[in-house]
Amino acid sequence: MTTFLGLPTAPRGVGHLRETEPFPVAARRALADTQLRRNLGKATSTIRAKRAAVVAELPDWEELRAAGQAIKARTMANLDGYLEELEANVTARGGTVHWARDAIEANQIITGLIQAAGATEAVKVKSIVTDEIGLNDALAGAGITAHETDLAELIVQLGHDRPSHILVPAIHRNRAEIRDIFLREMGDVDPGLTDEPAALAEAARLHLRRQFLTAKVGISGANFGVAETGTLCVVESEGNGRMCLTLPQTLITVMGIEKVIPSWADLGVFLQLLPRSSTGERMNPYTSMWTGVTPGDGPQDFHLVLLDNGRTAALADPVGREALHCIRCSACLNVCPVYERTGGHAYGSVYPGPIGAVLSPQLTGVEDNASLPYASSLCGACYDVCPVKINIPSLLVHLRARHVEEARHGRALPTPEAITMAAASWVLSSPARLSAAQRAGRAGRLLSRNGRIGTLPPPLAGWTRARDAPAPPRQSFRQWWQQGRPE
Amino acid sequence: MRVALFITCLADTLFPEVGKATVTLLERLGHQVDFPAEQACCGQMHVNTGYQPEAMPMIRRYVETFEPHEVIVAPSGSCVGSIAHQHAMVARRQGDEELARRADAVAARTYELSQLLTDVLGVEDVGAHYPHRVAYHPTCHSLRLLRVGDRPLRLLRSVSGIELVPLPDAETCCGFGGTFAVKNSDTSTAMLADKMRNVMATGAEVCTAGDSSCLMHIGGGLSRLRTGIKTVHLAEILASTA
Repeated sequence: MTTFLGLPTAPRGVGHLRETEPFPVAARRALADTQLRRNLGKATSTIRAKRAAVVAELPDWEELRAAGQAIKARTMANLDGYLEELEANVTARGGTVHWARDAIEANQIITGLIQAAGATEAVKVKSIVTDEIGLNDALAGAGITAHETDLAELIVQLGHDRPSHILVPAIHRNRAEIRDIFLREMGDVDPGLTDEPAALAEAARLHLRRQFLTAKVGISGANFGVAETGTLCVVESEGNGRMCLTLPQTLITVMGIEKVIPSWADLGVFLQLLPRSSTGERMNPYTSMWTGVTPGDGPQDFHLVLLDNGRTAALADPVGREALHCIRCSACLNVCPVYERTGGHAYGSVYPGPIGAVLSPQLTGVEDNASLPYASSLCGACYDVCPVKINIPSLLVHLRARHVEEARHGRALPTPEAITMAAASWVLSSPARLSAAQRAGRAGRLLSRNGRIGTLPPPLAGWTRARDAPAPPRQSFRQWWQQGRPE
Repeated sequence: MRVALFITCLADTLFPEVGKATVTLLERLGHQVDFPAEQACCGQMHVNTGYQPEAMPMIRRYVETFEPHEVIVAPSGSCVGSIAHQHAMVARRQGDEELARRADAVAARTYELSQLLTDVLGVEDVGAHYPHRVAYHPTCHSLRLLRVGDRPLRLLRSVSGIELVPLPDAETCCGFGGTFAVKNSDTSTAMLADKMRNVMATGAEVCTAGDSSCLMHIGGGLSRLRTGIKTVHLAEILASTA
């Protein structure tokens, strides 16, 4: 008899998908960072307002969301077929398709391709998936320098920092901090640089120009891959992507397998949903699309690396797979009251915020990101704004149940929490036992002063660190009712 | 109309005045209130903390207790949200399809208080009098799970003597989130701080909501800081008379 051990998850020791410390610990540090709190509060409230305004303009927004949801559900139900269709069409138009089981394989493939092109440098379009697999580190290990060309990614790279937002990787930085990073790290920058946004953008433009014009290899992610034609699509705001996608001789695109969509008609739905949800724009400034290789125009050597890295494992969970519908707009981050206060680094993974809390644990296995499904008050704001209607609160609840179930099977003895919850279930499922507990709990009145309790023992001590607790009343409601409603 | 009251374990144990107010209000409007004594807890805390097998006895008890009743009301958007969106889902996940079907049927007859008053009983002016400056916090589950919309506000606007003041960023979570407030108490506290700042900015004497749990959280913070602002459940305001 064989034991099914489950589908492979993203390997440990490579890439950036795992928490290095539990969310509550990382969050505590972030919450005390005054500058971070201010930067995040300002940035998220600005994007929130922009998104709300442009979404309200569309009379058919809810229909668009429903269409996006339906297209993604259909794609996931037939993912293997669409991927093979994409491969066939990319290949027919002169591209080469590579299948990468995980981050390690993807990094090996990409390193080999750059070496084969005889290059030691590459320019990169902003891409989260290459950060997921830790590509820059892997390339550096092979003596290849990857240059980030998206302004925010450049700020993060020059600052020896980590991205903290899906769309705005340097959202945790303000312009004064960015000026300091440029002055310290750019080398060729004007020492009189001010923190005016236009001046900062100009400094980056001058810095990047040389790289665009000399790079032999460009690396990108993909927002969408259209199966019926083999067309890849990247949407962006700065034009750096267009440069990377058109100037180098060799183009390597890394795409998570869930980014495939069946047809051009489907693309039309997502190109309406994505910019309004992410940047709060009606249309993003640059939409680049390319299909294989066009002789004499643009890259003459095109490679598409299709990445699994735990996605098939997520697909195997009939509830959890909905997280694969994500189009990386980051609207859920911007409305999340937890993300707004802790920022993205607290989540550990390149996918922060509500979507990260349901995606990262599925890619790595829940035990490797065990605190993330609990990093939410389940307020539901994320679900309301999701352009493809991912029910993130339900997925969080589902992953909490998976975590508890998996922990239960992996342990000889129950955790203290499991013992408490079992006892609570015993009490709360019986009116007689609940009534007895209410009578016993009345002793809590001894702890109270003026109807309030200032200190509770663990596990409730976290509550009374910042909040009073109510003293138990003399009489529960059911007792009052049973006594014939005195007064 | 005969209405069965699901008091919720929290209000039963810690806030009996919310249940008394619900009874007073419904009887004043000419309805008959039953309190099925076999009721206990909806199980939401267990479901939301990942303990679904442990939630099953509570779900079964809720379904069995309230199955004979035509109309059920609870003074909590969160508990009704759990009944409506989680009971059948959990029963299915735990392999009890029959319980899931029954849970769906009972959930369809279970109303949050403002829903019952406006949608089922068809009243907005309940004849209440409450001469205080009040800020209303729309709780997340009433807003985004049950979609109560402005029903509580319509009820409050019809109260005589009340001075209802708008709460800035009203629809942002107060940071309670059940066991979230304990597991992630620092983040929860940061959210609470912003909620309290907004409540205090209104100059309100009273912060009200349709959930005792969120009010316990907001009120616990307001009390700790000795702000003098008190939290009062929507049912208590609607039950008040001159």
